[in-house]
Amino acid sequence: MISDVKEIITKERMTGLFEKNREVIVKNDPTMVTRLRDTAFESFAGLGFPTTKLEAWKNTDLKEWLGKPYDYYFEPLPGMDVQEVFRCNIPHLDTAIIGQLNGWYVSKDVPLIKLGNGMILGSLAEAFKAYPELIEKHFGRYAITGKNSLTDLNTAFAQDGIFIYVPDGVHSPKPIQLINVIHHDENLFLQSRNLILLGKNARLSLVHCDDSYNHQASFSNIVTEVHLDEGAFLDHYKLQNLNNNSTLISNTDFQLEKGAELASTFITLNGGMLRNNTNVLFNGPDGTANIHGLYLMDRKQHIDNHVFVDHLAPGCISKEMFKGILDENASGVFNGHVLVRKDAQKTNAYQSNRNILLTDTAKVNSKPFLEIYADDVKCSHGSTTGQLDTEAMFYLMQRGIGPESARMLLMFAFANEIVGKIAIPELRHRIEDMIKKRLQGELQICEQCVLHCSTPEHPMEFDIDISKI
Amino acid sequence: MLLSIKNLHASIKGKEILKGINLEVNKGEVHAIMGPNGTGKSTLASVIAGREVFDVTEGEITYKGKNLLKLPVEDRAREGIFMGFQYPVEIPGVSITNFMRTAVNEIRKYRGLDPIAAIEFLKLMEENKRLVEIQSNLTNRSVNEGFSGGEKKKNEIFQMAMLEPTLAILDETDSGLDIDALRIVANGVNKLRTKENAFVVITHYQRLLDYIVPDYVHVLFQGKIVKSGKKELALELEEKGYDWIKKEFE
Repeated sequence: MISDVKEIITKERMTGLFEKNREVIVKNDPTMVTRLRDTAFESFAGLGFPTTKLEAWKNTDLKEWLGKPYDYYFEPLPGMDVQEVFRCNIPHLDTAIIGQLNGWYVSKDVPLIKLGNGMILGSLAEAFKAYPELIEKHFGRYAITGKNSLTDLNTAFAQDGIFIYVPDGVHSPKPIQLINVIHHDENLFLQSRNLILLGKNARLSLVHCDDSYNHQASFSNIVTEVHLDEGAFLDHYKLQNLNNNSTLISNTDFQLEKGAELASTFITLNGGMLRNNTNVLFNGPDGTANIHGLYLMDRKQHIDNHVFVDHLAPGCISKEMFKGILDENASGVFNGHVLVRKDAQKTNAYQSNRNILLTDTAKVNSKPFLEIYADDVKCSHGSTTGQLDTEAMFYLMQRGIGPESARMLLMFAFANEIVGKIAIPELRHRIEDMIKKRLQGELQICEQCVLHCSTPEHPMEFDIDISKI
Repeated sequence: MLLSIKNLHASIKGKEILKGINLEVNKGEVHAIMGPNGTGKSTLASVIAGREVFDVTEGEITYKGKNLLKLPVEDRAREGIFMGFQYPVEIPGVSITNFMRTAVNEIRKYRGLDPIAAIEFLKLMEENKRLVEIQSNLTNRSVNEGFSGGEKKKNEIFQMAMLEPTLAILDETDSGLDIDALRIVANGVNKLRTKENAFVVITHYQRLLDYIVPDYVHVLFQGKIVKSGKKELALELEEKGYDWIKKEFE
């Protein structure tokens, strides 16, 4: 195995590893990707890991999380049985599942498949070899080098991940479930890369899950690039349910061309240190982006949602709604930045962040921020942080409902404003169920969003007839 | 005796609002409590229901022979006390159906009963919706969210019908209602009147009492009940206003 084990994560370790293993890393690359890696590596070597001295990381300190010893692998681990990992599924949800184990694409037969309708699904490493023209056109174009050192690190190192291509005019007939499971006997540092491309007027529903399989610590630095060409529609869900020793840096860069539409929902149920960098660029006019988020945190968990929406083109609509419930010593950050450039007239932008703090020791830093250079725009933002509504509590209790049930009803109602917008009914019901359990403290990390192994009545073999998607 | 209040003093943030209330309510009776604004009518309702912002500094309340002041809010409700709110609270995201099913079942659990069967519950919902002339879609909406004033008050009576209280305290249920809504609300109350329950109707105006005929009328002024009588007292108040009360007791 090409690996480097049980070391803490430092700039020096990573630069050393890159120089030592560069040949292995670049072996599947189209030339342009290798060039990009070298540039990204130089950028990372200059910037290093982010510290709280940076404005964007002021309230999120990675030091403790980087300071654990982690293994790093340059090839897939001989892991557990793939069929065992992806055994279960959301009951009744008819999806195509593609899986990642420790950041590597897993497949039973073929690592990359082209369907009858032209869709391509599978391993990014394979796509590097099979579709270099698509890769050269899109890879690294949306997650741009030089802006974020963790993205640069990912660009330099990432060897595999998921590749999805939906050609012009094709509507994916089923939602695709992308499951990333972490399972290793030691602490693991992994970096995977996903590239999702929707052609003109293409449509796709994508459910993207990050799960742990045990309680071992992990540090994931994941970059997902998504391109929506003219008139494309993406319904995107990100479900995060990791163990308390997990660090997840999830960077998602969306670029929308003319008239494209994005609905993205981030549901964070568990994890140790979570940072979601979500960037949306309106590169063409008349696009729409609805970015929603819900986080339920307790213990010493930390969640940081950074959302940057760049209105480069006119006539686009962006709506952000993030809601959180924080209990015990949990902490949260919401940083929403909407940039309306000079030519982005008729922009309609809305940002909202609402938090409920259940204890005096839970805290939130909320910073919605509008930066506007156009004059004919409609923009608004709001942020509230408070306790459960005491008037509503009294009203419910006056009807005979005990304080615990009353709290539960109110918290669920608060969360449901986000969950209620989930367009796939089976997924919505599943998440409602998970949120109820989470709020009652009954959600186990082994009872993951898609690996719901406690419902054996709906076993799901990882034996999907992918040709029928 | 269902409810007995003796020398009740209550204050909020150190300011005394109730200054020695005495009141007795028996099963089968309807009591009206009237009085000018700001004399403590709503405070009295809140203290009986158990709202925590009020401190009871003196006196006692006995309900069904129990010391009511020792019971938490939810247990008072489970013992059969219902308060119709002057300003019903909007609770986005909680459906009336879910709210009522939770309430009915928690009350049943307290009384040692099994949860209500789904079909029985739906039947009960339908019956009680008809009672207050609620159009069918209301029950799937969030509690009071976006309701008109009339809808909110009808919804209070609907909830009362669902929970079948022994003692219902209606706090200015008539305020903000047009005559049709007032008639519907009063009609709901009248249909729920039995020999086994009692109502305390708090109102500023005599108008409601044309529809809900009380057995007793009390005038609350400056934190005390200064006058009690039969239903004719309400007519007298309607005719003369509250000024003569003020003159007499100020």
